[in-house]
Amino acid sequence: MQYFWDKIERFFSALFQAASPQAEDINHLFYQFTIVATLIVLIVAGGVIYSAIRYRAKKNPEEPAQTHGNLKLEITWTVIPFLLLVFFFYLTVKAMKEINQPYAGKKPDIVIIAHQWWWDIRYPGKKIITANELHIPVNQKLLMEIESADVIHSWWVPELGRKTDAVPGRQNYSWIVADKAGVYKGKCSEYCGTQHAWMLIRVVAQTEEEFEKWAGQQQKAAVTPTDSVARAGARLFQHKACASCHAIRGTAAISHMAPDLTHLASRKTILSGMLPLTDANLRHWLQKPQKIKPDANMPDFMLSPQEMNALTKYLEELQ
Amino acid sequence: MRLSASIPEPNVPLPNILRNNGLLYWISSVDHKQIGIMYLCSSLIFFVLGFSEALLMRIQLAQPGMTLLSPELYNQIFTMHGTTMIFLVLTPMLIGFSTYLLPLMIGANEMAFPRLNAFSFWIFLFGGILLYFSFLAGGAPNVGWFSYAPLSEKNYSFSPGVDYWAISILLMGIGTIGAALNFVTTTLTMRVAGMSLTRVPLFVWMIFVNSFLILAAFPVLNAGLVMILIDRLLHAHFFTTASGGSALMWQHMFWVFGHPEVYILALPAFAIASEVIPVFSRKPIFGYEFIAGSTVAITLLSFGVWAHHMFAVGLGTTFNAFFAATSMLIAIPTGIKIFNWLATMWRGSILFSTAMLFAVAFLIEFTIGGLSGVGFALVPVDWRLTDSYFVVAHIHYVFIGATLICGFAGVYYWYPKITGRILSEKLGKWHFWLFIFGFNGTFFVFHFLGLLGMPRRVFTYPDLPYFGSLNLFSTFWSVVLILSFMVFIYNLFYSLKQGKPAGRNPWNAWSLEWLTNSPPDLKSFTEVPVVQSRRPLRDIRDSVQSGISALNETGVEHA
Repeated sequence: MQYFWDKIERFFSALFQAASPQAEDINHLFYQFTIVATLIVLIVAGGVIYSAIRYRAKKNPEEPAQTHGNLKLEITWTVIPFLLLVFFFYLTVKAMKEINQPYAGKKPDIVIIAHQWWWDIRYPGKKIITANELHIPVNQKLLMEIESADVIHSWWVPELGRKTDAVPGRQNYSWIVADKAGVYKGKCSEYCGTQHAWMLIRVVAQTEEEFEKWAGQQQKAAVTPTDSVARAGARLFQHKACASCHAIRGTAAISHMAPDLTHLASRKTILSGMLPLTDANLRHWLQKPQKIKPDANMPDFMLSPQEMNALTKYLEELQ
Repeated sequence: MRLSASIPEPNVPLPNILRNNGLLYWISSVDHKQIGIMYLCSSLIFFVLGFSEALLMRIQLAQPGMTLLSPELYNQIFTMHGTTMIFLVLTPMLIGFSTYLLPLMIGANEMAFPRLNAFSFWIFLFGGILLYFSFLAGGAPNVGWFSYAPLSEKNYSFSPGVDYWAISILLMGIGTIGAALNFVTTTLTMRVAGMSLTRVPLFVWMIFVNSFLILAAFPVLNAGLVMILIDRLLHAHFFTTASGGSALMWQHMFWVFGHPEVYILALPAFAIASEVIPVFSRKPIFGYEFIAGSTVAITLLSFGVWAHHMFAVGLGTTFNAFFAATSMLIAIPTGIKIFNWLATMWRGSILFSTAMLFAVAFLIEFTIGGLSGVGFALVPVDWRLTDSYFVVAHIHYVFIGATLICGFAGVYYWYPKITGRILSEKLGKWHFWLFIFGFNGTFFVFHFLGLLGMPRRVFTYPDLPYFGSLNLFSTFWSVVLILSFMVFIYNLFYSLKQGKPAGRNPWNAWSLEWLTNSPPDLKSFTEVPVVQSRRPLRDIRDSVQSGISALNETGVEHA
């Protein structure tokens, strides 16, 4: 018995995981509403089931009294729901203000530009550009600017609070804070085309020191390869069309149509969270991009085995 | 349980829709009953298509990382599923019931504009066929039933699917507007003597009010569809941000239509419940005026709630708070209805025919769906749950829990009128229980998936805790839903031949449609009594019993 209780408890705590005051505010409002809503469902269902049993024709074959209505009852079930809704409206506005604190005049700490199907993540104050994996220091409230380069997307990390749409032509602002270190998984939550399902988000919340260490590393230009295979890879990167979409800081590749690869090897995943970053996955992806993620903008470059070795060697060294 | 007085097999066979008239007769018909039947049959055929699409999705999602459908195909399938169920199944089902029943309930032999009626049906059917033709013509639409710009613009959706989508919805929209015009005019001009607007059955009242909703909402959609077509085909820039258009304008236009559309699909369902519940409780509807009035309130309020679909767009606290308030308010008239239906059952003498079972299930299932909807009016909750599987749960608890369940109630209730035979109650009860378990099993867990963070409209999902097991659970129960629908469809065919003959009024109901033969003759009424109350057939019965009239026990037939 205890075993099942534990399982149920684990399940419900999974439903309402929160790692930020925002998410807790939302959960709180949700609990309050769910309690009232459940009561109403129980009243209606109870009434229905009670009358279904109590007043069934078998036990009440006579024609019942032909009542047409009752004004007092009508007023009751108009006024009580109205008062409940006024109460919830108050809670709603209160929570909205709590979650959307004013940001006027403040520069965003993080700029997120949604693309079909990846996230361009920038820290304007720190001159960092990365993709798909957002690092934040624990317990610091940061302002995110969220926009889109193409269609409508939506930034959603359930444990960290509200979702915010990325709408082309608009800048939306939203606060992000994590009160526990950890990795939080999110996803794009507005249908944005073929690969909407694989537009995942990884938020890494870390201690101040770890974050600064990470930021310091990200601010550096890409390492220059020393070994001859990787050097060949670096040349290939510039000569094949890679450099026309991907940027690697410190080289001639400066385009931001696709994820910045300056510190690719410091990330845990590729393809917006679809696959873990491993040598095998990287090779697989370079070989058959349209098979792994159909419709993504990555073309198949028909790399020879030597080219493949050189290019992956180079990319894996981009710590 | 006795549902009706036994009626001997007729000596003369009942009119047979196929044998009697021939295909040409149906195609050229302007009779509201035949057109109503054609609406209902097309709705059933499209339902089989839409349901098969749903099953494909459920199979694909049974486990993480399944590859039965390619991403591209899955996106086409979910778009077609939504579009089919809303525009090709629920809408024509409700219009079909209304077309068949509204004239009969007000004692009319025809709609006000019989040719417009036929036109509305055929243009709807043509639109539906055109939508499915897109599969052969370079790909079905793949941008969702809401077709958000700029994804639906040419630069992001190059296949002609979206063009087919827009044109066929435009055609169906025109058909729906035609039908609504017809309902309004018919209700206003063709009521039998004595039937004032305060005496019409609530079904008629709700269809009447709902028609105004259609007349106001669909033109906005049609305008939007024309604009997206101009964008796509003539390279204009209404919704392309890069060239100075506005992506949000599409959202506004779509939801100014889209939210009233939810009520357009819900009010006729309420209309059916308002007929079925009193008849099987043997009591008049409780609070007629309040149900009628709350219908008007819902209609008016439904035009002020659309932006609750847009809370995550970032339109500001004041804007969001306004739409939160209106969206909460609309729960009040809806709640009034629920409690009045419940009060109608209270102290009644309730006969659980299959129709009544469905109507009663509707009260519970719709309360769940309605309340989860109020949850979305709480803006911060919406910020967490919008576009997640929680919404998928909500939309199905409304569209299935209200519209489809009431549709089933309507089929069991009026099938005897339409065909002359009663649907098998035994099969009906199998249908009902399989359906209730299948429906709740399939859709309830979606609430949890949404809370866990599963976005909607995904062709697969990462293997996170509980995702696989909850999805598998849902897929399992959808198999039970298949069984339930198979029993239903079998019952429709089986009872057409083998069902118990119904007679004129198998349920002892009170509205005028039960005065006609079952099925009604081409000219439904030869003579209609002057209506003196909201329950004309009961008046006739009372006058029989008090001996004022010389009619015998089954003498309603004379009236």
